[in-house]
Amino acid sequence: MKKLLTILNASAVLLAATATVALAADKMPAVVFDMGGKFDKSFNQGVYDGVEKFRKETGMKYREFEVKNPTQREQAVRKMAQRGSDPVLGVGFAQASAIEKGAKAFPDTRFAIIDMVVMQPNVQSIVFKEHEGSFLVGVLAAMASKTGKVGFVGGMDIPLIRRFECGYIHGVKHAMASATVYANMTGTTPSAWNDPTKGAELAKSQFDRGADVIFAAAGGTGIGVYQAAKDNGKYAIGVDSNQNHLHPGTMLTSMLKRVDVAAYNTFKSASDGSWKSGIQVLGLKEGGIDWALDEHNRDLITPAMKAAVDKAKADIIAGKIMVHDYMSDNKCPK
Amino acid sequence: MGEDFLLIILTFDATIRVSVPLILAALAGLIVERSGVIDIGLEGKMLASAFAAAATAYTTNSAWLGLGAGVVASVLLALLHGFACITHRGNQIVSGVAINILVSGLTVLLGVSWFSLGGQTPPLTGDARFNSLTFPGAEAVRDVPVLGPIYSELLSGHNILVYLAFLTVPMVWWLIYRTRFGLRLRATGENPAAVDTAGISVIRMRYLALILCGILCGIAGSYFSTGHGAGFLREMTAGKGFIALAAMIFGKWRPVPVLFACLLFGFLDAIAIRLQGVEIPIIGEMPVQFIQALPYILTVVLLAGFIGRAIAPKASGIPYVKEH
Repeated sequence: MKKLLTILNASAVLLAATATVALAADKMPAVVFDMGGKFDKSFNQGVYDGVEKFRKETGMKYREFEVKNPTQREQAVRKMAQRGSDPVLGVGFAQASAIEKGAKAFPDTRFAIIDMVVMQPNVQSIVFKEHEGSFLVGVLAAMASKTGKVGFVGGMDIPLIRRFECGYIHGVKHAMASATVYANMTGTTPSAWNDPTKGAELAKSQFDRGADVIFAAAGGTGIGVYQAAKDNGKYAIGVDSNQNHLHPGTMLTSMLKRVDVAAYNTFKSASDGSWKSGIQVLGLKEGGIDWALDEHNRDLITPAMKAAVDKAKADIIAGKIMVHDYMSDNKCPK
Repeated sequence: MGEDFLLIILTFDATIRVSVPLILAALAGLIVERSGVIDIGLEGKMLASAFAAAATAYTTNSAWLGLGAGVVASVLLALLHGFACITHRGNQIVSGVAINILVSGLTVLLGVSWFSLGGQTPPLTGDARFNSLTFPGAEAVRDVPVLGPIYSELLSGHNILVYLAFLTVPMVWWLIYRTRFGLRLRATGENPAAVDTAGISVIRMRYLALILCGILCGIAGSYFSTGHGAGFLREMTAGKGFIALAAMIFGKWRPVPVLFACLLFGFLDAIAIRLQGVEIPIIGEMPVQFIQALPYILTVVLLAGFIGRAIAPKASGIPYVKEH
């Protein structure tokens, strides 16, 4: 048994070693990408962009590992800590338990996790004010709609997704008080994140009822929603990363969670000594949340829409508009 | 009235779209079970062909080549199932489950290493997908009362795989009840020893049934990624293979009742999608959870109360041994 363990350990070292180029003995930050890998054109790639920016600016190298299956998460995090990496950054809520165990086993190492809260004295948890970003895309949706009816398709019915929904509804009503919002959840089990067929059907049912812009916060299910929007000649709004490139002309905009900013800040603050453990909430004010405007959707956003959304953004930052956070009381005031 | 009528038509329209993979997979299951092989692996075969179709269609920019690749992938898995449980008389359930698990992991693994998109394939556009066919005159008759919407919404505007799926029903019926092959197939599932005595190879019959099953599952899987959707996503078949099995039992292993069972499941799914968040008189807004449980509740109720005993082909699930 012991021998087996040694072999397992050795192979893990080997795996980790192949993933890094430099083998400096001094403290080096480390990042553990999650399933999907660093070029997934989504969440992980955002983190990759952030840490690359850090590397280019400071010249400091970092260790990295791409998790290929769920059992590697904990192993990878521990290995990074064991090799003297600091801080160790975990990507995505799925790594929460790995980071928690790692943080307990290596109390002198600093850890960070994006998109989840881990309550340990040496962990920095970075979460986002999704409701603020959803508010902004809600404003855009209401202004782009010709019918005054817009839709929302959520993934699994959990408080986090209700937070998107609630912020979005507020944004829509802010821009057009008489607007109707159709909101649907795909399901109540994790398979709701990967059901593009159902996503497309939910979108079609909302289009049939008159909606002409749909915001999907539904992971892979959203792909079906965007496709349905394209097939029916309507608009869709992407989420998390910039998804405008998926269907130029159909994607009105995307609500951005700036994981690149989060990753950059963590590494940067750790290197200059301003790093703090505990919960960091990134919203519009901190530049952690935004909406996407690029060459793929520039023609869809009129100057009036841009002005309105910029104003809403400024008002939220200034505290003139308070966007309700569903997760604060599990309610969405009408 | 006009508004409500259109809504009903659109719900039926959604029913058709959702039912297609169910119909194809249930008929696939029907054919193999009629030959005496249980196939739990419908789900896995569809998932594999969805991936193969999307990957090929993306690379070659041809939906037809994608369909071909999907069918090949699915037939290969069917033959693997046959190799395990016909040639080697392995447990058919275990083999089917193993295929499901294998495919669930393999598609993501290949997807990650080929496309680096977290197990997805890139979205398909243009010719890489089966686009909707619009029937002649569909736009012109749209405003004709009653018949207009039925023609332009319900009948026209689907992709070719949808029509193919509905065409498969009479074809399978004819194959099973009106051909020599069908007679032998049914006999193989009921009494393989008698078939063997008549000088027909049970093993060959069962392999042929599995190949047919693979072809149908391949079309169903391709529909997911190149027909209804546009690209592959991990676990995108979302349990449809198991629903198809239920529909097959519902329809008592007969093509036409199976078609109606699939349409019923599809209809419940479509209703569930459309009822969500809609205010219903007296009851008010239905909770999401209840709406989503509705198809399953109805399945249990119908199965317990209305369908009666479903009797499987007698030799289903039993490997054939030539000499005792």
